[in-house]
Amino acid sequence: MNILLQLYLEFFKTGLFAIGGGLATLPFLQALGEKTHWFTMAQLGDMVAVSESTPGPMGINMATYVGYCSAGIPGAVIATLGLITPSIIVIILVAKVLDLFKTNRYVQDAFYGLRPASTALIASAGLSMLLMSYFRDLPGSYFDRINIPVVILGLVMLFLTRWCKYTKKLHPIIFIIVSAIAGVVFSL
Amino acid sequence: MNIYVDLFCTFAKMGVMTFGGGYAMLPILQREVVENKKWATEEELADYYAIGQCTPGIIAVNTATFIGTKYKGVVGGVVATLGLVFPCLVIISAIAALITNFADNEIVHHAFVGIRACVCVQIFNSVLKLGKKSVIDIPTVIIFLLVLILAFFTDISPVVFVILAALAGLAVKALEAKRS
Repeated sequence: MNILLQLYLEFFKTGLFAIGGGLATLPFLQALGEKTHWFTMAQLGDMVAVSESTPGPMGINMATYVGYCSAGIPGAVIATLGLITPSIIVIILVAKVLDLFKTNRYVQDAFYGLRPASTALIASAGLSMLLMSYFRDLPGSYFDRINIPVVILGLVMLFLTRWCKYTKKLHPIIFIIVSAIAGVVFSL
Repeated sequence: MNIYVDLFCTFAKMGVMTFGGGYAMLPILQREVVENKKWATEEELADYYAIGQCTPGIIAVNTATFIGTKYKGVVGGVVATLGLVFPCLVIISAIAALITNFADNEIVHHAFVGIRACVCVQIFNSVLKLGKKSVIDIPTVIIFLLVLILAFFTDISPVVFVILAALAGLAVKALEAKRS
């Protein structure tokens, strides 16, 4: 089968069955590498690292990277399109149905329960990220592993984004850029 | 500006500004889509995240498609999503082609330690903002705490939480209706 067609179908499948954040696509990509030998597991490890350390949602970055390694720029485009096709179809259908029923009492009641759960899931993902970001990846208790310079940076950002009236209205990307520079300057 | 060009550019901009998964996109979405463009409300954003987590596909793409579709129909959904992925295509292809060992580069590594520290703070701010609109009374406080604790300490799929929370919402409202 043509490699581009195969890439499209494989990523369509990944987009259809991987539910959740970007790392949800990882098991699918692992299976794909083993099956097709388009990329090795070591390469996949690099792809995760690069996807995490470049702008853009991770899941999309992963698809683009795998596509590029398998078949160059056409591969990158085709793999990414394959990944997003199922989302586009399903979400458009869901949005249409929701539109029809949005004044329905039961739909509103369901969302009354859904919203706090959605907020909690985001908070939980944030907590996991917090543990990963503010503590060193070493054995020992959390107390020993706390990364104090990073915590200080976090507290400064908290102050600037919440309480300092001169900076809190600034665009989120400005704080990200400043933090990146701080990371480099202080070798965090 | 043409509405579709605006949609494409806004989502392309968000694609560049997001570092990490779909959750890291939330603070940027709140600023661009809710506050600047007013294409969705804070509550709608919570709804999209809830649905985006239990429908096929990654959350970032699902949320982009949702916002685009709500704002400008099917074409809007497609344009928003293509906008979101466009910068990724360019950046990743360039890195894959030109820079070997990008992720091992020490400067990149230090920059990302800083970025992650900042993204955590921004997600915290986003959760507070969303919480003001979604955690509004005793039943929603209970749902929030239960899901937070279970999601953090167990491997239960978000799909389960989303379904149970919807049922809980229906049950609470049914009980309230019965009592009054």
